[in-house]
Amino acid sequence: MADKISILIVDDEESVRDSLHNWFIEDGYDVGRAENAKNALLMLESRKFDIILADIKMPGMDGMEMHRRIRALNKDTIVIIMTAFASVDTAVQALKDGAYDYVTKPFDPDDLSHLIRNAATQILLKAENEALKMKVSTLEDIGDLIGQSEAILKVLKQVESVAQSNSSVIITGESGTGKELVARAIHSNSPRKYFPLISVHCGALTESLLESELFGHEKGAFTGAMFNRKGRFEMADGGTIFLDEIATISSKMQVELLRVLETKSFVRVGGNKEISSDFRVICATNRDLKGMVKSGNFREDLFYRLNVVNIAIPPLRERTEDIPLLVNHFIAKYCTSMSRDLITIEPAALKHLENFEFPGNVRELENMIERAIVIGNGREIKLRDLPMGKEAINSSVESLDELEKRHVEMILNKYSWNVSRSAKALNVDRVTLYNKIKKYNLKQQL
Amino acid sequence: MKENTIILVACGPFEKDFLKKIALSAEKEFRVPVTFIENHVDLTPFYSPGRRQYDANKLLSFISDSSVNENAKVIGLFRVDLFIPILTYIFGQAMLNGRSAVASIYRLRNEMYGLKKNEAMLLSRATKEVIHELGHNFGLIHCHIQTCVMRSSTYVEDIDQKSHNLCPECRESFDKI
Repeated sequence: MADKISILIVDDEESVRDSLHNWFIEDGYDVGRAENAKNALLMLESRKFDIILADIKMPGMDGMEMHRRIRALNKDTIVIIMTAFASVDTAVQALKDGAYDYVTKPFDPDDLSHLIRNAATQILLKAENEALKMKVSTLEDIGDLIGQSEAILKVLKQVESVAQSNSSVIITGESGTGKELVARAIHSNSPRKYFPLISVHCGALTESLLESELFGHEKGAFTGAMFNRKGRFEMADGGTIFLDEIATISSKMQVELLRVLETKSFVRVGGNKEISSDFRVICATNRDLKGMVKSGNFREDLFYRLNVVNIAIPPLRERTEDIPLLVNHFIAKYCTSMSRDLITIEPAALKHLENFEFPGNVRELENMIERAIVIGNGREIKLRDLPMGKEAINSSVESLDELEKRHVEMILNKYSWNVSRSAKALNVDRVTLYNKIKKYNLKQQL
Repeated sequence: MKENTIILVACGPFEKDFLKKIALSAEKEFRVPVTFIENHVDLTPFYSPGRRQYDANKLLSFISDSSVNENAKVIGLFRVDLFIPILTYIFGQAMLNGRSAVASIYRLRNEMYGLKKNEAMLLSRATKEVIHELGHNFGLIHCHIQTCVMRSSTYVEDIDQKSHNLCPECRESFDKI
């Protein structure tokens, strides 16, 4: 651990520099020395030091002034001020200027060891914290939104630009297109990413339950309210609230929601204290909100309040070129989660997927791939592993030979290539079946 | 290249048996012959009246200059209180990857802390301190293993917690030198 930490000793007394240098070298630190502030600043221009031990009284620029300049160069550097002239005033000033600590010469060896060890721990914790933040960002990246079609690239571009703002967003798209994924991508790429993303599925809750869910409630507010409970708006403080199926909320809730969005404050159910919360709103719907406004089923003022930015996600049938990418993504995802070797998909199966309508969009495709991996042979996803595979085979408009080949193969697979049983099922003799196998070059898949 | 001998220089009144036991332990740990000599040096030039202590940096230079054997590591053992300018006291000091070191038993004595004299404990602490400083001479840095002799010690209690021996990791580093 220690060899990763670098220390710069700045003192005009050579004996002090050498003593500290020897002391820290024995601890395995990377140690540099400078006899005055000017040289120290020159050294800091060419390389970085984690900790700087600076004398307060030096000819020319003093330690306090040097500290201020170091902070301007790199505010993460830990500066420890040393002096033989201890006074409360200078100690307080050094700490006010952001010094890590203040020590008086000569130091107790144990105090010095503790001081440096604590500073080193702080540096490592900070580095670890940064690394974890990066990891969290990577996990929640827009990488989950797969596709190279023009339609999806447009969505990704919108996500990128809208993420940096604080504007309300409405995400529209058919069921299963990935509206929540887009909401997550916006949140995780926004400055609010270290605060929570709270999701509420408005369609799944009754009006009273939704009210209590969003605003929270006080103990005794209604039967069963045994404790005070924070609402989702309160939980989303600093972060983002995602209201899915926004079109399903009642007129009363629309009024209340509008008030909350305008004031960013609310009162818990059964309470009387105004609670403020700083949140961003992202909504999603698969309905035509504008049409609902025209027909009087959705408040116009709320619609305009929410619809600052609109992101429309195209259905999968309008971006079929993304299907191979999505298929590979889901294969990798589920093979990994099931601890299986990576498998492939046969061209015929992929072709059928590309031609399929997918009323359930990406979610349906994902479920199909997961199912195919579970029931398949573990090496390749076949057409028969897909729910529409059987139908595809049956509705084939290919030649009679092709149809016969597929049927014979299906029967053979059904009876595990037991020729006698397969021949009986096909109502032909074994020789005929052998001839068919030879003719169509059929082979048992192991 | 490892030096082929270690010289323990007793700079003050020490019992021969005491020095012999330290030398044997160091010999066992570093696997090179350890001899001890007595040097009746006048310590007055090394005394700092302001600190009422002896300057370890100057003593280190003195010990380094006093040995003509280029193939030897030399450690001076003192009975006086040592300091370096920046620290209030030290138990010992060595040149990392160098050939000289100093150590003192002044603050290793129980009497220093108002406790009953204990010669066995003093010998144990002095042995660990000598081996620790010599370890630095051989290029070893402080170790994080609780019982390793190369663990940094700023209190006698720290010294009592560690053993006379190098941990396997430090032993491996030493063997590679």
